[in-house]
Amino acid sequence: MDNLTLFIIIPLLTIFGILFCRDHKQVKIVSAIGMSLQLINAGILITMFLLQRAAGNTDMMLFVKDVVWYPSLNIHYFVGVDGISVAMIGLTSIVIFAGIFASWEVKDLSKEFFISLIFLSSGVFGFFISLDLFTLFLFYEVAVIPMYLLIGIWGTGPRHYSAMKLTLMLMGGSALILVGLLGLYFHSNPSGGPLTFSIPAISLVHIPPDVQRFFFPFLFVGFGVLGALFPFHTWSPDGHASAPTAVSMLHAGVLMKLGGYGCFRVAVFLLPDAAHQLAWIFIILTTISVIYGAFGAIWQKDLKYINAYSSVSHCGLVLFAILMFNKTAMNGAILQMISHGIMTALFFALIGMIYGRTHTRYINEMGGLMKVMPFLAVCYVIAGLASLGLPGFSGFVAEMTIFVGAFQHNDVFHRVVTVIAVSSIVVTAVYILRVVGMLLLGRIKNDHYLEITDAKWYEKLSTGVLIFSITAIGLAPLWLSELINNGLGPIIDRLLVVAH
Amino acid sequence: MFEGVPLTWFLIVATIMFFIGIYGFLVRKNLITILMSLELILNSVNINFVAFNKLLYPQHMEGMFFTVFVIAVAAAEASVAIAIIINIYRRLINIDVERIDEMKY
Amino acid sequence: MINFSYTVFIVLIPLIFFVLLGFFGNKFKPLVSGIIGTSGLFISFLLSCYTAYQYFFVVPKIAGAFPKLIAYNTVWLRFTDTLHIDLGVLLDPISVMMLIVITTVSFMVHLYSIGYMKGEKGYERFFSFLSLFTFSMLGLVIATNIFQMYIFWELVGVSSYLLIGFYYEKDSAVAASKKAFIVTRFADLGFLIGILILSITTKTFDFISLTDPKGPALQQGSSILFLGLSTMTWSMIFVFMGGAGKSAMFPLHIWLPDAMEGPTPVSALIHAATMVVAGVYLVARMFPIFVISAPAALTVVAYVGAFTSLFAAVIACTQYDIKRVLAYSTMSQIGYMMLALGVSGYGGHEGLGYMASMFHLFTHAFFKALLFLCAGAIIHAVHTNYMTEMGGLRKHLPITHLTFLIACFAIAGIPPFAGFFSKDEILAAAFENNKLLWAVEYAVAGITAFYMFRLYYRIFWGKEQHYSHPPHEAPLVMTIPLMLLAVGAILAGLVPFQNLVTSDSLPFENHIELGIAIPSILIALLGIGIATIFYRKETNLPQKITRTLGSFYTAAYHKFYFDELYLFITKKILFDRVSTPVAWFDRHIVDGMMNGVSYVTNSVSGRIKGFQSGQLQQYAWVFVSGAIALALAFIYLWTL
Repeated sequence: MDNLTLFIIIPLLTIFGILFCRDHKQVKIVSAIGMSLQLINAGILITMFLLQRAAGNTDMMLFVKDVVWYPSLNIHYFVGVDGISVAMIGLTSIVIFAGIFASWEVKDLSKEFFISLIFLSSGVFGFFISLDLFTLFLFYEVAVIPMYLLIGIWGTGPRHYSAMKLTLMLMGGSALILVGLLGLYFHSNPSGGPLTFSIPAISLVHIPPDVQRFFFPFLFVGFGVLGALFPFHTWSPDGHASAPTAVSMLHAGVLMKLGGYGCFRVAVFLLPDAAHQLAWIFIILTTISVIYGAFGAIWQKDLKYINAYSSVSHCGLVLFAILMFNKTAMNGAILQMISHGIMTALFFALIGMIYGRTHTRYINEMGGLMKVMPFLAVCYVIAGLASLGLPGFSGFVAEMTIFVGAFQHNDVFHRVVTVIAVSSIVVTAVYILRVVGMLLLGRIKNDHYLEITDAKWYEKLSTGVLIFSITAIGLAPLWLSELINNGLGPIIDRLLVVAH
Repeated sequence: MFEGVPLTWFLIVATIMFFIGIYGFLVRKNLITILMSLELILNSVNINFVAFNKLLYPQHMEGMFFTVFVIAVAAAEASVAIAIIINIYRRLINIDVERIDEMKY
Repeated sequence: MINFSYTVFIVLIPLIFFVLLGFFGNKFKPLVSGIIGTSGLFISFLLSCYTAYQYFFVVPKIAGAFPKLIAYNTVWLRFTDTLHIDLGVLLDPISVMMLIVITTVSFMVHLYSIGYMKGEKGYERFFSFLSLFTFSMLGLVIATNIFQMYIFWELVGVSSYLLIGFYYEKDSAVAASKKAFIVTRFADLGFLIGILILSITTKTFDFISLTDPKGPALQQGSSILFLGLSTMTWSMIFVFMGGAGKSAMFPLHIWLPDAMEGPTPVSALIHAATMVVAGVYLVARMFPIFVISAPAALTVVAYVGAFTSLFAAVIACTQYDIKRVLAYSTMSQIGYMMLALGVSGYGGHEGLGYMASMFHLFTHAFFKALLFLCAGAIIHAVHTNYMTEMGGLRKHLPITHLTFLIACFAIAGIPPFAGFFSKDEILAAAFENNKLLWAVEYAVAGITAFYMFRLYYRIFWGKEQHYSHPPHEAPLVMTIPLMLLAVGAILAGLVPFQNLVTSDSLPFENHIELGIAIPSILIALLGIGIATIFYRKETNLPQKITRTLGSFYTAAYHKFYFDELYLFITKKILFDRVSTPVAWFDRHIVDGMMNGVSYVTNSVSGRIKGFQSGQLQQYAWVFVSGAIALALAFIYLWTL
């Protein structure tokens, strides 16, 4: 059994195990064991990857496995990883691990809940390891569909509306993606041989620029919907607000990254000419996302809305950096995906825990929580500081890499948009400090908050893992940055060849 | 047996019957009448079958067979249809086609 | 060559103690954690002294100049081959001087806080934050590259945020901390943009190559133009914006007075002696670039500095909260330092301003920290910040009284106290380069003397107030730092700065020019004299003057309405006119568009579902007409 396929097998086995559980407690234990194995597996993968690279293996993709599963359309189960996918897998396994512990208190239909959650995670893992466009798309759908059930059944507030909205918008996105993928498929072999969905194979083909121009918007917008590209981001606030804690975590932490990763791995990598020609449109849109999300967040009163808009701003930065087409900025984009993934998962976990105690998410109804739940409050402050890009946390590393990279362009347009994007750091500080001030500091507004207890062990574990990760990346970013750079090499080369 | 009677006459008769049937089907409100209109349409087709068979392939009998077949089906269909109509009547005390619109969107 | 790699520990020890106190602080008794934090700082202090000794007296000079030494350097994050963030230790005269200043003041403040914070909740939290701040500030001054400086720049910002908001249950403290962080963050935006511009023009972040006369930054000169100024000028203006924010220069000064909501030792350490001079240090660090490639930016520095010093001094005369008076006085003194840098040239006697600025930074750290700690002792004794509720305290607080008086003489510039020497150099430098700025600073020197002695007399003289319990002198652990700093405030002026810290690291000859010194002493004495007449005994003279000044006084009392202006910009413009519409736009237009799509889909489907009416004959009609239409179409096509 190869290591990569294990990433899909382990969740499926875990689901199988959950089916035989008799009560809530067993379900939790089985899920926790399964996802711990997944985390260990990710650790092993990263180690093996680094060892292989150290041993001088310079293939673009490592641990490749290729099995045909639908011969008549030449669809393969084709998996392999480079530095970027390894990093994303690491992110996913951390977030899902923390997510399991953050949903320790789900009581109703817990079996179905954990099954859906883990099924979703298997889709995400599959997405990151796939090198075949069709298989990639398949896993993408696997990751998106359970979301509907998870929000619709276990959500809060107007959950049916939100679930419907989220699913429909993402489905709309995947319809666009499918068109784009078929476009790629039918131009994958201009010399008339068998068509292919394989990413490495298509990357060697030069698709005519006008064809590229036609399909690029489909792919970029399609993946961009999931990456909260303005103006297709509105599923995010409603969806996050209604979703249960672990789902918000997984969704903002990982699923939104599928968008960024897809834009990067499929749209930009496979359609480089079009990417160069059309980049300016999307750069403008993403710049709007960055600023607009930040300003949108200032006004909100609901913690989850604040975070959702903040995600729009941060994920906008990811797409912004991808479109900068240089190694530094793209490295920053991947770093930002990882950093934002962990950070926002931490945020949503904390919001869930706070909500579980105060039964409200409106910041003006809370206050002074630092006094009654110091652990969670300190975690929230740390998450906030990480989010506003404080050095020592991962956000700073990612943002600075993006800004420095983006500013290296020689023309006024790129520099102006970079400066605009940079100015978001101030707005971010405003809304983060506003929340921290209103939520945690000051006087306690409601007497029965005095009886609130601090974090339980599983909550400490969940937040601890995430905080450890952002701090580790923030304090020693070099290895992660080098790991990503390693995977970026061929992609950048291809883009540069096109540019000249 | 039809010596001297041109084909056109058969067709005229059949066409008139067909459109009477169509008219009845579209306009009458009583389910039974609608069923009768349907029979008219079927029979107009039968006439065509027989006429064309005689004209084109006198040595074969396919047209005749088909006519017999249609009559048999029509009989079966009539019995089923009347059964349905009776059931509808039992349930709704009514066989006006415009009032039977339960199966809309 | 001497191995300086131990200097890393000067920085790391506070970090270790921060982590230690942060994680395990609540396991110790409060007093123990205070002592642990203080002893950590003491080690750092000793190491810094040793470093200074070795650097200034043992290390061989290169061509008569103090060398720039990289004691330690490691790549932390790589952007491109030439652009990378390193973490390291750079030793040169100013960084070594700053090490001394920071560790000394920080150690004193730690020691003082053991007594001052006694019985406060979150004692260990306070000490861990103090350690965090000291770590960040030390990391800032020893930065080997501008991005390292930016990293620690942000970290001092956040430690300042945490410490101002130390009393987190007090709404005013929370608001003040937020304001401080956001204003400086806005300034940091400028700093970051400045760094980005530097990154493309010079392709390096490294201070040594940036300030190297043959390096790209200085060779660039004023070659590339944008809006009439060279790229380097723009870059330096933006970098200075960062410095202005941290150093509370006009118009980014508004956070500093509010920052006095923090505990008084914090004000002494962060908002008087160390963090607020980071902006001055930044300009000094980039000084060769300012002088050679961006003289226009340097002029900006000079005028901003001069204006701030006047502006703040005027406001200081009208305030009643003793900590706010000191805060404005800090702004005014930092204005002096900025001005000195702004009028300075490069090398030898030309660089007098640079030397004077660093000298003033050095002496100011002692007397201003002393003033704040005295203020802390006073507040500790009478439990109020307002001088209107004080008076006649000299009998109750003899040590505080004496040390406060020493500090007042030092800041007023009376020889032989420390402030006299450094301020005299600044005035001399200004006199040589720009008579207008000299005149401004000359006036400010008088105003400074006036408001400091106004403060002094109103606290220690005048009519004795009725205190809730009789004021008593602070415990020994608080008065010892006062006395030590008072010694510093007397002796710091004797350090021969022209031999140690100069713009090109070469010593030069410098004497006190009596032509500058005597008038400045006279105006200081004049200021003191006026204050004595006004405030020594209760008179109605001040009221009369106030009434004569009328609206000018009111404006100064309200800090020239800058808080209101900023509040207007942030609340009325950013929040109400930008953020609210954006949120509305998002909910109604963008989301409305999405909901609109679903609404259109829904209503279209509502319309077409009418076709499935359940009317049998309607279906038949459609079917028949369709069939006929098809038939006609086919016939038409066949006959074509």
